[in-house]
Amino acid sequence: MPADTQQKPVDRRWQRIIQTMLRHNNQSDALIETLHTVQETYGYLDPAVLAAVADRLGIPPARVFGVATFYNHFSLKPKGDHTLVICTGTACHVRGNDQILAWVKEQYHLTPGQTSADNRLSLVEARCVGACALAPVILCDGVLTGKKGYKETTAIIEEWLGHAS
Amino acid sequence: MTTPILTLTIDGKEVSGLAGETILQVARENGFFIPTLCWLDGLTSAGSCRLCMVEIKGSAALHPACITLIQEGMAVTTSSERLLRYRRAIIELLFSERNHVCAVCVVNGHCELQTLAQQLGIDHISFPGLYPDLPVDASHPRFVIDHNRCILCTRCVRVCGEIEGAHTWDVKNRGVRSQIVADFDTPWGDSTTCTGCGKCVHVCPTGALFEKGKSVAEMFKKPLGLPYLKAIRDLGV
Repeated sequence: MPADTQQKPVDRRWQRIIQTMLRHNNQSDALIETLHTVQETYGYLDPAVLAAVADRLGIPPARVFGVATFYNHFSLKPKGDHTLVICTGTACHVRGNDQILAWVKEQYHLTPGQTSADNRLSLVEARCVGACALAPVILCDGVLTGKKGYKETTAIIEEWLGHAS
Repeated sequence: MTTPILTLTIDGKEVSGLAGETILQVARENGFFIPTLCWLDGLTSAGSCRLCMVEIKGSAALHPACITLIQEGMAVTTSSERLLRYRRAIIELLFSERNHVCAVCVVNGHCELQTLAQQLGIDHISFPGLYPDLPVDASHPRFVIDHNRCILCTRCVRVCGEIEGAHTWDVKNRGVRSQIVADFDTPWGDSTTCTGCGKCVHVCPTGALFEKGKSVAEMFKKPLGLPYLKAIRDLGV
């Protein structure tokens, strides 16, 4: 157990996480729900917080880490100011999102899961966002763009990053 | 009430087993060989390696023998051209997924993966290798985990959680990026939950987990008598 577990209660964000766990009677099946709260309040899954959650719910640390790394939604590092989600589900891949990924890598030197050095942009790869009819799909800060070709999509990303501050 | 006895045929031979037993259990009791990797007597069955797939008459799909319960009148085939082809493909895919180099491996000559490959007559890998860049964690004072030789059977995960009760190991990430992980991706030697019992090392079917100081072909895995350990634990002695 990390030493800073005892100091957490003063943190209001930690209070919200405790509330989530209490709502589920501190049962081990509250793990995913609790991880959602951690992700919402901290913006990412802080290792010290994860350790405190594992301790309180009585779940082995390795299990918590396994669950936290299994889902794309959870991030172990703080996200950048902006998040670009590129869907690489089958439909989007076939419709050209593999090229968009390659373009982003060349343009911003990012591979999925990475955040740029200036903390401005995070690139996330999603395996199907459930909008295959709109393939290829990208999400700029949660705003969906679909049914666009390579040139249009790259232009949209450039414009979005130019305007987004 | 006594457990009903069911009769079935395995490879044409009439056999019987207790209701609740798996095809694999009944087959082993009657001397039939079904290859396995993730299954280990005394641990829960994961059914993930798919090597124990068998054919059941009346079903087009293959069924994993380690988790399929026997039924009255079942007709099971443990070996056919199709099954052998699938088993070879599974072993070849396991080899192509990580960096398996038998010639320099600590368990060369007594490795379950190597033995199965030999039994199935695999002399080359028909799939292109992935050759992933994977770490070796030698931070533990007595043991080493070499992810290059891991086949993700999760025997270590299960023995640590179910028998030792420490649950130091789990699987991180998903799909092809899956990897065995201790605690919060902690170096093994710094793990706060590991008791250093070494059970994971001895259940590992390959050279992924081994004792320090062992060179090529020097690491022998000991049978741990897991069903016995489990029985003692269940009795609460």
